[in-house]
Amino acid sequence: MSPILQGILTIIIGVGGCVGYFYLSNAVLDRIIFPARDDDQGRNIALATAVRPWLFLLPAMLALGLYLVYPVVGSFIRSLYNRSGQEFIGLDNYLQMFSEEGFRVALFNNFLWILFVPAAATFFGLLVAQLTDRLSWGSIAKSLIFMPMAISFVGASLIWKFVYANDPDIGIINAIRDYFGADPIDPMQIPFWNNFFIMIIMVWMQTGFAMVILSAALRGIPEETVEAAIIDGANPFQIFFKIKVPQIAGTIVVVWTTITFLTLKIFDIVYTMTGGNFDTEILPSYMMDYMFRDDGRATAVAFVIMLIVTPVMIYNIRQAKREA
Amino acid sequence: MADLKLTDVGKTYGGAVEVLKHIDLEIETGELVVFVGPSGCGKSTLLRMIAGLEKITAGTLEIDGQRVNDVPPAQRGIAMVFQSYALYPHMTVRDNMSFALKIAKKSKEEIDESVTRAARMLQLEPYLDRLPKALSGGQRQRVAIGRSIVRDPKVYLFDEPLSNLDAALRVATRIEIAQLKEKMPDRTMIYVTHDQVEAMTLASRIVVLANKGIAQVGTPLELYETPNSEFVAQFIGSPAMNLFPGKITETGERTTVALDGGGTAVSVVPSRPEDKGREVKVGVRPEDFEQTEGDAIYAGRVEITEALGEVTLLYFEATGSDEPIIAKLPGIHREMRGRDVRLGAAPEKVHIFAEGRSLLFRD
Repeated sequence: MSPILQGILTIIIGVGGCVGYFYLSNAVLDRIIFPARDDDQGRNIALATAVRPWLFLLPAMLALGLYLVYPVVGSFIRSLYNRSGQEFIGLDNYLQMFSEEGFRVALFNNFLWILFVPAAATFFGLLVAQLTDRLSWGSIAKSLIFMPMAISFVGASLIWKFVYANDPDIGIINAIRDYFGADPIDPMQIPFWNNFFIMIIMVWMQTGFAMVILSAALRGIPEETVEAAIIDGANPFQIFFKIKVPQIAGTIVVVWTTITFLTLKIFDIVYTMTGGNFDTEILPSYMMDYMFRDDGRATAVAFVIMLIVTPVMIYNIRQAKREA
Repeated sequence: MADLKLTDVGKTYGGAVEVLKHIDLEIETGELVVFVGPSGCGKSTLLRMIAGLEKITAGTLEIDGQRVNDVPPAQRGIAMVFQSYALYPHMTVRDNMSFALKIAKKSKEEIDESVTRAARMLQLEPYLDRLPKALSGGQRQRVAIGRSIVRDPKVYLFDEPLSNLDAALRVATRIEIAQLKEKMPDRTMIYVTHDQVEAMTLASRIVVLANKGIAQVGTPLELYETPNSEFVAQFIGSPAMNLFPGKITETGERTTVALDGGGTAVSVVPSRPEDKGREVKVGVRPEDFEQTEGDAIYAGRVEITEALGEVTLLYFEATGSDEPIIAKLPGIHREMRGRDVRLGAAPEKVHIFAEGRSLLFRD
């Protein structure tokens, strides 16, 4: 069968399936289970109305159960088994992991990441949003700053590999050093700080996201409150920090937490830049090291990551709801 | 000494769009001056120029004899109350009111004292620790007023402060503002509104703005009794003054006009001999009409009546002009609809305009 035909067939089956499901399930509900006739008419209509939302939610809940809940539970169970998956070893994977130097480094680095990246990206995003607000060329500047968002993590890492390249003819850092007569260095091999050089890539990418959301939030501040502050004698700094920032505090938190859990899931950047060498390992890349070698250990790491992300996520969703 | 003086003030946006020009106005200390005008006449812009939120592009603004064109708003000795209240939503009432003083680095005792005094004046004491969102519209507006009182400015600026309130609250807050003014006789207030009733009740003087400039300045009753132009005559008073085209037939101490609609009007407005035969418009306020059997200014058939109890409004079919002729008769008049009515007015109540200007106000 030709691919086109296949595609069309898929669409027909998919859409037809949806329409069929909703038509048939509602028909069954209205005609057979709670028919709107005879003595029970009023009661049956009310019952059908109460049940109907669940009919509409059912497919989505099934899909979420299959692709989200089941894998989470499955991963947890898998993490209690050994490398081959044959032998139940309880929490040994976790205990072993915590006693290992590599994991502790990854955990520590991960905390550096979630401290630095969201803070820096939100700060720069807010700064750019405020500075470009009234500029005639502000929207051009914003588009440029937003652009890295459209690049894949691996692509962005490759760009920064050039920036950090250990060769004055390629890397800008070493080109500058070379200009001042210094010897070339490899930023990826400077202990501790190499983490931050990698984080800058993520900051570079996420600043655009923070900027777009915060710029919209800044626009939403009633102009009169700013004017009232001007009349009250506040200078631009006071207006920004005491009037504007508090009014968009909720949005700042949402942006911050969103970038936090994006950061917790980052794997590609570290993998591309150093492969986790030179003490730059973070949890997701640590997990990848064990994937397919020791699935028990890898799922244990995955579970730890989930435990760290979940509270941030819950807070984020709550805050976002309150904003709306 | 004039507390606030505008000399040939103008405003253009981007060097091309002219919004205001040649504004000359002196406001004495302790006055409550109301700017009124149709929407888009620049009354809010003028207020914002006095506040320092808009740049003055021509002329000079003096406060207390000092040119303040380039003085930042906070140092002009003004405070402003906005239509939307403009409270800082993340601060309590107390913080809202003390913000300016904190910025000015006043001592804690001084701040507390000013805030307490203002809160007592406006009955805001129970709400000092609430956030603005926990207040009603009227309370929010009082906080906004309190925020300006705390700064103890020489000039208070109000930008349509009552427009966001419902009708009952508007009346109550209007009276509060009037009482506030009584308590601070040496403070100047400038108040922008499009509501005539606010203007008439609050103002010691009204400034009518139109066509990028000032149409007339005067006490509320001066504007009502002796408007200098057709525009002011129709703008002040509700329903608007009726206008009838005609020609002057007799001149002197009193002027007689033969109206195009067939009636005759006599007015105490004097005219000069050369005015004889001049095309003019005669203006009579709806409430100045009375039913008459003798010489009528207007005779016509009542189309619609509106009985308000204290007065009855009669709408006549419009002949010639676009606006219907309206008469406001005191008391209740039943079954007027469809009847032919003859209307006259006392000569003292008849205004005469030539080319849009009142004959009382010519050179």
